Amino acid sequence: MWFGSVHALKQVSMRIENNEILSVIGPSNSGKTTFLRALNRLGDLNQNYKMTGTIMFDQKNIKNMDTELLRRRVGMVFALPLPLPLSIFDNVAYGVRMHGEKNKKKLAGIVEKSLKEAYLWEEVKDRLNESAFKLSGGQQQRLCIARTLAVEPEVILFDEPCSGLDPISTAKVEDAMVKLKEKYTIVLVTNNVKQAARVGDRTAFFLSGELIELDKTDKIFTAPTDKRTDGYIRGKFG
Amino acid sequence: MRNPYRTQKIAFFFLLLATLLIVVPVGLIVVIIIQKGLPAINWQFLADMPRQGMRAGGIFPAIIGTIYLVTGAIIFALPIGLLAAIYLSEYSKDNLLTRIIKLAIVNLAGVPSVVYGLFGLALFVVFFKFGASILSGSLTLGIMILPVIITTSREALESVPYSFREVSLSLGASKWQTIRHIVLPNAIPGILTGTILGLGRAAGETAPILFTVAAFYLPRLPDSVFDQAMALPYHLYVISTQVPNVDEKIRYGTALVLLTLVLFMNLVAIIIRYKFRKKKKW
Repeated sequence: MWFGSVHALKQVSMRIENNEILSVIGPSNSGKTTFLRALNRLGDLNQNYKMTGTIMFDQKNIKNMDTELLRRRVGMVFALPLPLPLSIFDNVAYGVRMHGEKNKKKLAGIVEKSLKEAYLWEEVKDRLNESAFKLSGGQQQRLCIARTLAVEPEVILFDEPCSGLDPISTAKVEDAMVKLKEKYTIVLVTNNVKQAARVGDRTAFFLSGELIELDKTDKIFTAPTDKRTDGYIRGKFG
Repeated sequence: MRNPYRTQKIAFFFLLLATLLIVVPVGLIVVIIIQKGLPAINWQFLADMPRQGMRAGGIFPAIIGTIYLVTGAIIFALPIGLLAAIYLSEYSKDNLLTRIIKLAIVNLAGVPSVVYGLFGLALFVVFFKFGASILSGSLTLGIMILPVIITTSREALESVPYSFREVSLSLGASKWQTIRHIVLPNAIPGILTGTILGLGRAAGETAPILFTVAAFYLPRLPDSVFDQAMALPYHLYVISTQVPNVDEKIRYGTALVLLTLVLFMNLVAIIIRYKFRKKKKW
């Protein structure tokens, strides 16, 4: 994968299993986010972006899939809480509405279900029509998760979802992720090595655009094969 | 030895002086026009036809003509300008050609209005054979304010954070849905502000209508877009320089009406912008 003449990500080959949390760790500039954004083709938005190789999803090359359909099945939660400038309700209902759902009862049902799944319903059920910007940072991030869930994707990509959150909000978001694993496949990019250890089933370590190691989280954190992985998780560089 | 305290005082003095140099003449213009024009303003002046070779009576046809022209210009310029702005900010690739186009549009806003007048004469009046008519005048004014509308609309669209677009796309919305539901609603106040500023300019310009629509004097109101019309700025020019012995009161009264019209439009733009800033949610 290239951005202009910068080779951001080289030679990555991996399988992502159903219903697992794959955490991706690595220092900044190691290509984690580029990798994630390739999975739902959000990287394509950058006009200098070039990718060679294939990404298969459900036995189809995502290059040949309709991007709107792909992004509906592969949802994404961004690094910063990014509510749309709409009410809480409309934020969650946005994706579903864009796919043509107009029935108000159905929408209300979806919104309630999604907010519950993201552990936010109790906190916002009385103020669904308020602007989403009135929520706290942690609530906003869970709102974003709910918004992604409302579309009922199969895979959810988390791009450092807790980088701007306090420890308690982080714990809440992590709880939500572990619970979501039952229904969804999750790819979690994180700067927080401990977070990867806490929630990941498997962990991938990226360095300077290369996939160094990919294995069960336990193994990566107890007996990594590569010296560089060992160095990074022990905090020797990064 | 340099005394920083004195340097600051001197700098402060010059800054204040520069500000006063701007504020005082503007204030004087407004005060003089109001003082000399206000006695002329009454119902008859606003709603009656000019009489006795425009030395008496009202300026109603000129007011109506200006309103027609401004409306026509906006009907023409707003849709085209907005669509072009959407294309330039959302769809066009960033390369040398589009950068040149964007620069050209910004520069077009600075082209002297008399050049637009000449262009309108050649294209609409002569080539399309619309004659000197409201249609020709509106189109000429529309072309004149297009760059303003495109530039301000583009800025308004681009000021909507990029992340909103990414979020919307990541939820599976199409590009057009993203523009329609997320980008446009948040850009509308900026677009409106630009449009109204364009309107104000269209209402006040004399040169573009000089060759394309403005009539020296018309005994009746225009009844189709192919008629000539009177317009405030041109009427002001006519009664100030072309007709002898026009009462000063009438000249300043006309200027006051024109000034009020333009200032009112700018005021509306300011109010919209102010409300928008207060409501801004990010």
